[in-house]
Amino acid sequence: MEKRVTFKGWLLPLCLIAPQVLVSAVFFFYPAGQAVWQSLFIPDPFGLSMQYVGLGNFEYLLSDPYYRASFLTTAIFSTLVTLCSMVPALFLAVVADRLIKGAGVYRTMLIWPYAVAPAIAGVLWLFMFNTRVGVVSWYLGHLGYDWNHVLNGGEAMGLVVVASAWGRISYNFLFFFAALQAIPKSVIEAAAIDGARFWRRFWTIVLPLLSPTTFFLLVVNIVYAFFETFGVIHTITSGGPQQSTTILVYKVFSDGFVGQDLGSSAAQSVILLVVVGALTIFQFKFIERRVHY
Amino acid sequence: MKNLTTGALIAGSTILSPFAAYAETEIQFWHAFTGRLGELVADQVEDFNASQDEFTVVASHKGNYSETLNAGIAAFRAGEQPHILMVFEVGTATMMAAEGAVRSVTEVMEASGAEFDPDAYIGAVNGYYTNTEGEMLSLPFNASTPVLWVNRDAFEAAGVDPDTDLSTWQNVGEVLTALKDGGSTCPLTTAWQSWIHLENLSAYHDVPFATQENGFAGTDVELVFNGEAQVAHISAMGEWAQDGKFIYLGRRNESGANFRAGECALFTESSAGYAGIEADAEFDFDVRPLPYWEGVGNSPQNTIIGGASLWVMEGHEPEEYEGAAQFLAYLSSTPVQAQWHQDTGYLPITNDAAEATRESGFYADNLGTEVAVLQMTANEPTSNSKGLRLGSFDQIRGIIDEEFEAVWAGDKDAQSALDSAVTRGNQLLRRFEQAN
Repeated sequence: MEKRVTFKGWLLPLCLIAPQVLVSAVFFFYPAGQAVWQSLFIPDPFGLSMQYVGLGNFEYLLSDPYYRASFLTTAIFSTLVTLCSMVPALFLAVVADRLIKGAGVYRTMLIWPYAVAPAIAGVLWLFMFNTRVGVVSWYLGHLGYDWNHVLNGGEAMGLVVVASAWGRISYNFLFFFAALQAIPKSVIEAAAIDGARFWRRFWTIVLPLLSPTTFFLLVVNIVYAFFETFGVIHTITSGGPQQSTTILVYKVFSDGFVGQDLGSSAAQSVILLVVVGALTIFQFKFIERRVHY
Repeated sequence: MKNLTTGALIAGSTILSPFAAYAETEIQFWHAFTGRLGELVADQVEDFNASQDEFTVVASHKGNYSETLNAGIAAFRAGEQPHILMVFEVGTATMMAAEGAVRSVTEVMEASGAEFDPDAYIGAVNGYYTNTEGEMLSLPFNASTPVLWVNRDAFEAAGVDPDTDLSTWQNVGEVLTALKDGGSTCPLTTAWQSWIHLENLSAYHDVPFATQENGFAGTDVELVFNGEAQVAHISAMGEWAQDGKFIYLGRRNESGANFRAGECALFTESSAGYAGIEADAEFDFDVRPLPYWEGVGNSPQNTIIGGASLWVMEGHEPEEYEGAAQFLAYLSSTPVQAQWHQDTGYLPITNDAAEATRESGFYADNLGTEVAVLQMTANEPTSNSKGLRLGSFDQIRGIIDEEFEAVWAGDKDAQSALDSAVTRGNQLLRRFEQAN
């Protein structure tokens, strides 16, 4: 089945991959290498002196119960963000796919939130859920529920998850929708003739055929939840109340740019790099087996 | 087309500006002010530039306080640092520790021969930025101190006399109960909880916040803010929070919106909240001194400042330091300071500016504007009330915020929250000590 194009000689293939290698080297390997190097030192903020501490930064971090707790927070947060952004996206895509009239309008509207920058999305949600003047918390108050994410950790987590997942739904929708369109109608029709109803067709035919897309989105969304949600957290909770929304990447920022502790910050980015790398390898090794291309 | 024209203008001005300023020495000044404050700074700079033709100060906005400090640090690492950098008070220890990156204001002023008298500055303001040898490290620029804001209409609505004595927390406690019983949904709220209810609380009662004269005497500092006075205060606040008498709305000044909207009766906030409250409040308000606990420590001592100061950075030409010195001397001059104080609600940094403001009748016309000045200058600062100089202080405040939130939510009692904040903060201080 697999088609391979083979080249004669080395020069042409090298030239072809050179731009990508160059980009990766400049924008990924070099900074990553710097982070590893810096994680072995405690520098002062102005770069006037550096003190070699070996693995001291890692020791310091891993012996900190608050840092270890932030792993659990991150796991909960990224699982929730991934679920909350993929499940509704799939649902919307399936529904939009069945539309006959006005599909274009729905599609466009559903894609819009993706254009909103995370920090802006954070502010929007913050306004709606503001404990004293927010529209949503006002209605909740009328229903007898006292919304207070400023003091309630669970509510704060819920809010940052929703704010992070919201814009992402659009992105996922786009991919699911395209994948649904690519499923041959004949397969679905054949199943329908055999008497399979919508949900049965969905579970046994559509979902398995979507698996490459689902897998791709899973990887991309987890990476998103780990790295890019920092703007939302910064604007909504700043990691609080207490430490209930301090995820790993937020701690990298706050130690590095609030605390000016570049050694600890570098060590944390190395740890984060390892965690996400391991997670991605795990996904490719074990989950990808269940993907049918 | 409009965009194109604007673009062309911007491009044109960027190309032209080096020529325009060719004859003059440029002084880069990075600050963190936007809005009204940004405009006022721009006016000061313009006025200074027009007043002489040797130097041109170029002011640039670099984001909020943390971002401005980071921009300055990053620029220094790249060898592109400005001459003058605005750094908020919690960044003071970071700047002080950066020997070789900053030049003390005393040194800059003395070398330039510009007019400079360290005694002209108000001790309680100046002390925060002066080292133990009496050398002034940076020039206080915008300094404020916490006061108690009173919504008189809310008091009346709850059937409480707005002229009740609110000078002690004991009295405030009783008033909060009366307000709550009178139907107030927000008897008390606060901005900047760590600054007001821990840092200033300690200074005001003359109890230590940290060892080594709150960090002024050395970097081997240990936090000691889990003492009796602080625990008692946080414990009382925690009870008020549980009873719905103290409403917690956020770590920064989120609560300002609620107070300005008339929802809250009492509000502990910086004296610099004046401009905003004056502009927005559709109710009668009062400014009162920050309350203290009667009989605790040496209360009322004096409160300490928040805000920012101007640091002169190393690595520039001698004539540029000359310009920086002249600009700093201009900012400290009496008319400029007095105007700044009256426009912004920030404290005057010199005694002369305070005196000039008093003589102009400003305090008489704007009741309450003098409260902060009196509260700051009431007593000669002690080693507990001079200020704080702690490394990683921005993050220590974050830890204090977290622990306070646990108390307000009823998850922890005041003693264990403060103990835990001390332990966690000390770890950061040890890191800081190691790095510098």
